[in-house]
Amino acid sequence: MSLLTPVLSAHWDEKDSFTIDAYKRNGGYQAAQKALAMDPDAVIQLVKDSGLRGRGGAGFPTGMKWGFIPQGDNKEHYLVVNADESEPGTCKDMPLLLANPHVLVEGVIIAAYAIRAKHAFIYIRGEVTHVARRLNKAIADAYKAGYLGKNVFGTGHDIDLVLHIGAGAYICGEETALLDSLEGFRGQPRLRPPFPAIAGLYARPTVVNNVESISAVPAIVANGAEWYQSMGTEKSKGATLYSLSGHVNNPGQFEAPLGITLRQILELAGGVRNGHKLKFWTPGGSSTPIFTDEHLDVPLDYEGVAAAGSMLGTKALQIFDETTCVVRAVLRWTEFYKHESCGKCTPCREGTWWLVQILRDLEEGKGTEADLQKLLDLCDNIMGRSFCALGDGATSSITSSIKYFRDEYIAHVTGGACPFDASKSTLFAEAK
Amino acid sequence: MTISNSTLNQDVMQSIVARYPRKRSAIMPLLHYVQSISGFVTNEGIETIAAILEIETAEVSAVATFYTQYKRKPTGEYHIGVCTNTLCAIMGGDQILESLKEHLGLENDGVTDDGKVSIEHIECNAACDYAPVVMANWEFYDNQTVESAKALVDGARAGNPPAPTRGPNRLVTYKEASAVLAGLDDGLAEEGVQAGAPTLLGLKLAKEGK
Ligand SMILES: Cc1cc2nc3c(=O)[nH]c(=O)nc-3n(C[C@H](O)[C@H](O)[C@H](O)COP(=O)(O)O)c2cc1C
Ligand code: SF4
Ligand code: FES
Repeated sequence: MSLLTPVLSAHWDEKDSFTIDAYKRNGGYQAAQKALAMDPDAVIQLVKDSGLRGRGGAGFPTGMKWGFIPQGDNKEHYLVVNADESEPGTCKDMPLLLANPHVLVEGVIIAAYAIRAKHAFIYIRGEVTHVARRLNKAIADAYKAGYLGKNVFGTGHDIDLVLHIGAGAYICGEETALLDSLEGFRGQPRLRPPFPAIAGLYARPTVVNNVESISAVPAIVANGAEWYQSMGTEKSKGATLYSLSGHVNNPGQFEAPLGITLRQILELAGGVRNGHKLKFWTPGGSSTPIFTDEHLDVPLDYEGVAAAGSMLGTKALQIFDETTCVVRAVLRWTEFYKHESCGKCTPCREGTWWLVQILRDLEEGKGTEADLQKLLDLCDNIMGRSFCALGDGATSSITSSIKYFRDEYIAHVTGGACPFDASKSTLFAEAK
Repeated sequence: MTISNSTLNQDVMQSIVARYPRKRSAIMPLLHYVQSISGFVTNEGIETIAAILEIETAEVSAVATFYTQYKRKPTGEYHIGVCTNTLCAIMGGDQILESLKEHLGLENDGVTDDGKVSIEHIECNAACDYAPVVMANWEFYDNQTVESAKALVDGARAGNPPAPTRGPNRLVTYKEASAVLAGLDDGLAEEGVQAGAPTLLGLKLAKEGK
């Protein structure tokens, strides 16, 4: 039996998979009708029972989040789907939406009904023109079919869905910054509490969920909580998209039960690129501490990765072989965090600036051994003292790389230059 | 280049405002809309948005300057973004950016004299399994090399750029793409592939029983 379990990706190989016709041909929109015939609380209970956890990074139980929305409060409720997908290495939601935007639309209908929201938004990053086209078309087609708008599926319920397109700011993936952005302000995080479930969009109870979390819901409604529970590990249920990129023979998307290992995925992908060996990798994007070849057998579920000292995050498996300079990689990620820091709090705004200066010197061979301690001290002052998780994330690759590759940093100092040839890491190195 | 207010269509702008329960939420699509008319965010555009939303122009400017996709000077008709976040950089993005800058004689954020091509380095664009990645008017050009990226900008300057790898059958202009980002329909949603080979790899292996 295959290690892989394509559910979300099951029909992506059909040429017209993104159309409403293809989606319906494969059973699409039946789950929404089934859910709308249930009591909304029963839908929430079903999602709780399935064990589905948020796929946006933190792994918070989805059904529990829906259950936090106060009921009978006579206020508008909102559902907001987070399609900002900007965490470096993360590349699952955009291909999902390109190949099958309707599964998200159906998930939105079910989720909005469950939390008693008449209005839903999808906040998508702005740098993906064709994904925006596909999603807007899917929404328009769902309106035309009577699945969105007034009296959806003839049930008497109204659900409006609006696509909101961002404009290039990683911080808008952070859920409270996203809400500020959606309200028409600069995207800066809000103080919590109050949490979005109490005071979210327009200060109304709001659920924010990742694209993959909401897209998982139609299959759960169709097949039942037990079916979903049957996949995965004790506390990490279900299947998920693992995105493999970098120095491998065959990069791509692998939908598998939670708990699969990198060794297993690499085997499926034909291994690290020929003639090279694994040096380091991220389990869940650039905000998660890096791993090395010691971690090939770590179960890639929330608990397994945490026990090994990192985070499952977005399951963005970025693979780097021995030609890669770890200092260069870490410097580039740190430049990203400096650029994307929203400037609201001092530890992150100033701290990321200093981190870049020190790392740049080190990479150019102008650093000293004392700089390593300075980096660690700075990270210590940013971690846990920043206003949002962007600041914390900025320290992950630095502290973990110093832990595993201290000698390589020192080699930059003693050699007075970067010991690596950057051209050897490129995809076209061999072709030349 | 001066753009008169009359080119901004009030009906279109009002239809964008009408999407939202509260009108201030329309500020971002309205800014994309201004770029679809002018190629960048003009002062007239900011004033028009402020008037429609009944807020200060300073409030509109504050939003416009926060987001990197809003440009305060004209972009090229074809705006090229080279991903130089870590994974793409290491896989060749750095070499692609350097060679394009040299080829075009431009610095980062520069525009060619003919106004055809502008270039910037961009952050991870959610296509890492297709690294190194280049975006043109925010359409995907996957698995690029120095040569293919040069062919893209040469084609753009000659007015016949190659089609995106995962996108419509032709590369739309920067202004046309901005209209899509304002949420307007250009009828091209069904063109192009549903997925590239990396997206389909896991499914293919599963079907082979692996
Ligand atoms: C800096 C930063 C960026 C984030 N970017 C995203 C993102 O692009 N997409 C996403 O779903 N969650 C992102 N998150 C997590 C969200 O804040 C939130 O936890 C998530 O959308 C909740 O959805 P889930 O429960 O379905 O996972 C980000 C968090 C931080 C701190
Ligand atoms: S940690 Fe960084 S991104 Fe988050 S609020 Fe502070 S400055 Fe802004
Ligand atoms: S690092 Fe370039 S697309 Fe992700």
